[in-house]
Amino acid sequence: MDSEQDKQQYEADARPVLEAPDIARVLTRIAHEIVERAKGADDVVLLGIPTRGVFLAQRLAAKLEEITDRKIPVGSLDITMYRDDLRMHPPRALARTDIPGDGIDGRLVVLVDDVLFSGRTIRAALDALNDIGRPRAVQLAVLVDRGHRELPIRADYVGKNLPTSLRETVKVQLAEEDGRDTVLLGVKRTARPGEQ
Amino acid sequence: MQRHLISAADLTRDDAVLILDTAEEMARVADRPIKKLPTLRGRTVVNLFFEDSTRTRISFEAAEKRLSADVINFTAKGSSVSKGESLKDTAQTLEAMGVDAVVIRHGASGAPYRLATSGWIDAAVINAGDGTHQHPTQALLDAFTMRRRLVGRDAGLGQDLAGRRITLVGDILHSRVARSNVDLLHTLGAEVTLVAPPTLVPVGVESWPCEVSYDLDSTLSKSDAVMLLRVQRERMNAAFFPTEREYSRRYGLDGDRMAKMPEHAIVMHPGPMVRGMEITAEVADSERCTAIEQVTNGVSIRMAVLYLLLGGNEPAVTHTRTEEK
Repeated sequence: MDSEQDKQQYEADARPVLEAPDIARVLTRIAHEIVERAKGADDVVLLGIPTRGVFLAQRLAAKLEEITDRKIPVGSLDITMYRDDLRMHPPRALARTDIPGDGIDGRLVVLVDDVLFSGRTIRAALDALNDIGRPRAVQLAVLVDRGHRELPIRADYVGKNLPTSLRETVKVQLAEEDGRDTVLLGVKRTARPGEQ
Repeated sequence: MQRHLISAADLTRDDAVLILDTAEEMARVADRPIKKLPTLRGRTVVNLFFEDSTRTRISFEAAEKRLSADVINFTAKGSSVSKGESLKDTAQTLEAMGVDAVVIRHGASGAPYRLATSGWIDAAVINAGDGTHQHPTQALLDAFTMRRRLVGRDAGLGQDLAGRRITLVGDILHSRVARSNVDLLHTLGAEVTLVAPPTLVPVGVESWPCEVSYDLDSTLSKSDAVMLLRVQRERMNAAFFPTEREYSRRYGLDGDRMAKMPEHAIVMHPGPMVRGMEITAEVADSERCTAIEQVTNGVSIRMAVLYLLLGGNEPAVTHTRTEEK
């Protein structure tokens, strides 16, 4: 893990590209887009990808409930064991997979993640979904799309398109995990763990 | 965590809790329509069983197959071992076939350690029981069962067994399960009491991190879990106790004794159970007996160990997430 000092230094160097009100606004917009595209979000199930995707999915679900006046099932989908780079790193601690009680068969699953980068996480998520059930359709919502795709994958709902260079890092902080809402754009100094 | 799993005593508290937490996630796979993960695709695991143990072998096999590993079962009976081949030769044969992990059960204490440290083989070695020495995955599944029942499923995540009082009853002398459990439960912060006839208590038990008692009744009321050990008839080559009846009267668990245990306390048994001697049918079939759960949990624990030892390019040593989105 980064030391506290490293973390502070990074945050001092990094430039915020989205602040708390922007994130709230962006999520509201995505919620409306989901309702519009799904024609009412009747069969929508939101699945967040741990860690921050889960918090975003929960926030989106709350907004969808405000709009549609119905309870939207929300869960989390850990994709660790489906990653294609498992053999390149030590195994990671598993996060929680929590599929809503009614399952995902025949539903419209919206995967939710914080940053879309290479697309490999989403590929793994599609594999994981395959083992859990058969959704009617799968869509993808991300807070930030930073480009540099390595697979033919694109998001259906994007909070902010953020063209980056590979030397840059994008870090999403959410109140539930990090104490505040912000998206930071920084410059990679060395290869550090935990950066995206 | 180290490259091999030879002894429960090698695990730190953090390693043990990581295995238990990982097993909790693995257990959820069993609830799915497709009980399979692609995690160990392309890896080969050999179950090398020099001693019969259908229960442990099929538990490992189920775990390996759920993680998509290629599984080779090797039993000594009918193999070249019965023609006089040594452990070293067997190991080198497996090495030449390029196996990634060896799950070994051997009658001699220390055989898995020898296999892991002799340089004969490059694979990860998992001890599935060696002589009277260790059976670490059994201890882990027992601890997992206790944590689930005594602390709770979700509430248990990240928790150890600090302050829980566990009583192990029976043939401590011949039991690798007892030895592994004492080591692991101590690491997890539990207080362990061994109860056995004096003849079935091993020499040197004073150095183990536990209490020893010869009186079951006095320990029952302060136990959160009572684990009965199988009286190993095949190892009863001397008169360790007068008769089975006497053993049963003093150390067997029946309904009356179970009633003395606190309401939340559970009864555990690693199996196979000898009904009527160590445990009455009434206790074995009661809600408080976790013997069947222990079998289910065994698969989850073995999946967790295999994932943590083989899932990456090196064994799990860190929780740090290095990922590319």
